[in-house]
Amino acid sequence: MEIALTVNGSEVKADVADRMLLVHFLREQLNLTATKVGCDTSSCGACTVLLDGQSVKSCTVLAAQADGRAVTTIEGLANGSGEWHAVQRAFRAEHGAQCGFCTSGMVMAAVSLLSENGSPTEEEVRAGLEGNLCRCTGYHNIVRAVLAAAADSASAEGTGA
Amino acid sequence: MSILGTRVVRTEDPKILTVGGTYVDDLREPELQGAARVIFVRSPIAHARITGIDTEEARQAPGVVAVLTAADMDDLGPPPPPTEGGEAPMPLGGPWQEPLLAFDRVRHVGEPVAIVVCDDSYSGADAAELVSVDYEPLDPVVTIDDALAGSTLLFDGTDSNVAVTAGGPADADAFDGCEVVVEQTIVNQRLAALPMEGRAVAATFADGKLTAWVSTQNAQIARFILAGAFGMDPAGIRVVAPDVGGGFGAKVGIDRDGIIVAWAARHLGRAVRWAETRSENLVAMTQGRAQRHAIKIGGTRDGRILAYHLDVIQDTGAYPRMTGFLAMLTSLMSAGAYDIPKVQTAARTVVTNTTPISAYRGAGRPEATAAIERAVDLFAAEIGMDPAEVRRINVVASDKFPFQSPSGALYDSGDYVSALDKVLAGAGYQELRAEQAARRERGDVVQLGIGLSSYVEITAADAAGGETGRLDVHDDGTATVYTGSSAHGQGHHTTWAMLVESELGIGMDKVTVIHGDTDLIPLAVGTYGSRSLQLGGVAVQKAAWDVKDQARAVAADMMEASEADLELDAETGLWQVRGDPATGRSWAEVATHAGAQGFTASVNYTEGTPTFPFGAHVAVVEVDTETGKVRLARHITVDDAGTIISPLQAEGQRHGGISQGVAQALLEEVVYDSQGNPQTGTLVDYAAISAPDLPSFELLRSETPTPVNALGVKGIGEAGTIGATPAVQNAVIDAVSHLGVRHIDMPTTPSRVWAAINEARGS
Repeated sequence: MEIALTVNGSEVKADVADRMLLVHFLREQLNLTATKVGCDTSSCGACTVLLDGQSVKSCTVLAAQADGRAVTTIEGLANGSGEWHAVQRAFRAEHGAQCGFCTSGMVMAAVSLLSENGSPTEEEVRAGLEGNLCRCTGYHNIVRAVLAAAADSASAEGTGA
Repeated sequence: MSILGTRVVRTEDPKILTVGGTYVDDLREPELQGAARVIFVRSPIAHARITGIDTEEARQAPGVVAVLTAADMDDLGPPPPPTEGGEAPMPLGGPWQEPLLAFDRVRHVGEPVAIVVCDDSYSGADAAELVSVDYEPLDPVVTIDDALAGSTLLFDGTDSNVAVTAGGPADADAFDGCEVVVEQTIVNQRLAALPMEGRAVAATFADGKLTAWVSTQNAQIARFILAGAFGMDPAGIRVVAPDVGGGFGAKVGIDRDGIIVAWAARHLGRAVRWAETRSENLVAMTQGRAQRHAIKIGGTRDGRILAYHLDVIQDTGAYPRMTGFLAMLTSLMSAGAYDIPKVQTAARTVVTNTTPISAYRGAGRPEATAAIERAVDLFAAEIGMDPAEVRRINVVASDKFPFQSPSGALYDSGDYVSALDKVLAGAGYQELRAEQAARRERGDVVQLGIGLSSYVEITAADAAGGETGRLDVHDDGTATVYTGSSAHGQGHHTTWAMLVESELGIGMDKVTVIHGDTDLIPLAVGTYGSRSLQLGGVAVQKAAWDVKDQARAVAADMMEASEADLELDAETGLWQVRGDPATGRSWAEVATHAGAQGFTASVNYTEGTPTFPFGAHVAVVEVDTETGKVRLARHITVDDAGTIISPLQAEGQRHGGISQGVAQALLEEVVYDSQGNPQTGTLVDYAAISAPDLPSFELLRSETPTPVNALGVKGIGEAGTIGATPAVQNAVIDAVSHLGVRHIDMPTTPSRVWAAINEARGS
């Protein structure tokens, strides 16, 4: 079927099979490979992207369901001038990535989490990331990064930046 | 000041955080354009004879390029000869041979029987459903007891399911003089390695050369295995490890599924690719642990341990891929951090109709530590002494290093008492015990448990196998490192660049690190056993020294000075007459003077002995005595791996290790039913640890340099797992010990804890 959607700010028109999953559409047809497939039961969150600003697991969304909507992957997270999102900066500063396979999905889940709760507690961050598995970091530095990104965004707002 | 030991963020991260890492399935190389997808047809039965395979209908399905079975593998030579000896970390062979595609018999659910090669994965999955395999079921051998009973044998030409044996029972007089002897059977349950990226291979065959991109910890070992399987000259094979999404031991080299995919490329003469699904991964990637222990520990009532016997039975799954290696490592490290006069072990490795077992983070050492640490706690409970005190009495004294352990290892260096005291102080041990006593006094529903472990482990166990490193300094002043170590999350690119900056004063931003390409780095071992820094890192350091020597001679010629008068300012990266920065010449100038090729040095660094990191962990848990639910409240650790080069990453390794250790203690277990059907074949059923299951960890610093290498470093990749598992398990049992509970096997799930409490109350 024909679909038209916005991906990372660009208009995209494509012909997709009815059963094609959004994650495969992004990876195989658009070659946006940052979004990973880590399981087949919607359990691991490696495929997390934003759909109209909210996190979804793109292995559980059909490409057809994204018709007329806006998809953001980590490739589109930096702003127009290439400046990284606060979550990206914090993941680097806090060593939130090791092998990197979960990272794209983890970052997008964190972005969504902070958009809903700008100053979460550690417990809220941990609960919010329950659907995203990481095997390398023990979540320690991921949680620190999300808390640091929240603090960073809060202080940026406080200074009117 | 040297950059070593300072907090440096990773050079790997900008790519990961903006466009993502490039794992095998992300490769968009021109050679892989239009690559066909490989879909496996796997056995749904644990143990059966194959009486027929009908591929005709699948061949006719849309998009199908080929459907291949073992019958198509007539272009392969005979299988490699059996392994000599019984404790090398390689397949046993002989009658225990593991085929590529199964042909006459399947021995575990998930075993590959056929492949469908198809234009796209969706059509391929449809077509794979059309492959019809006739199975004649055989009695399954599921448990260790089934295997030992031997009423059904897995392999023709054998007379037992016991593939390897070593050691034996304790001497008759081993426990003479002991006032107290405690025995316990302990299960060290089977775990899934679960790297977030599963196994994946892409391969092409053109002009007689096979190129395979493999999600592997060891490109060079993978090439060696492929060459053996195909009877090819290794020079005709290129293996590339692109970014690798975790390995944890389960991606050493390449295993049968990956070999089959590479064979398909060669057989069909076209590009193919495969990235396993998680459901495949959870039944067909090698798993870990799967040991059962019978422990016996004895000593005096004043807390001195005099004798210990460990009987290990290793369930190695359907094929002995590691011979008796894992049980050997468990036996070697059985005495743990303790100075016990008499330690003996027995080990048997048995085959069962389950997924094969191989290395998983720690690979034999977490099992050894879990056994001895439970034994010490059981002994402490029996004599009514604080387990911290029993440990303090029995750990190897600091003035005894190097220490010959009673189970056969030579511990290079350590300070076990200090590690224990430091972690107890950091945890506030006495205050925790007071809080525990208060809750017990009040009869609180939620009780507090405090668990300890003192551990020692072995890293770079194969130190004599060495590692390669090459360093080029170019005429523009940049440098390139070619390392035999193979990062899959450990940040070698950052750390190796730090080493070059520290030695040569060439900024990290001017250092490129390359790994995992056999065309560029033909000779290497790669990454496992926490070997990278102490072998691959030291190789880079030594290559830098060699380059420095070469450059000194060139700089002397350039500056018309004697070599003895020259120095390299490692801060500025300038060669200068000693004490006279005005004479400084840059690396670019000196390398240019050396000629077009600049400088190059290659090192194959071998170490005489392994190193033995050590530490101590305290876990604090809350146990709801009405539901059995456990919450890990705190986890405090000392993990001493010698000198720390990259503190940020060393902490990251500890975090990840601790998490996997906690996962074993509390949650994770691969389960089969009585017919050998996996009950944990997806991530819905396998209880992978997630963020809400864990607290932030409290890491304490301790650095005791090893004399074994010039950097003073030991491995840190597996220490967290080794130390954490028994500390958490001990904490859970400690929380309910006042109710009469003596032992709970892992994972200490609510149902197990609840059952243990009720059993103790009822008895």
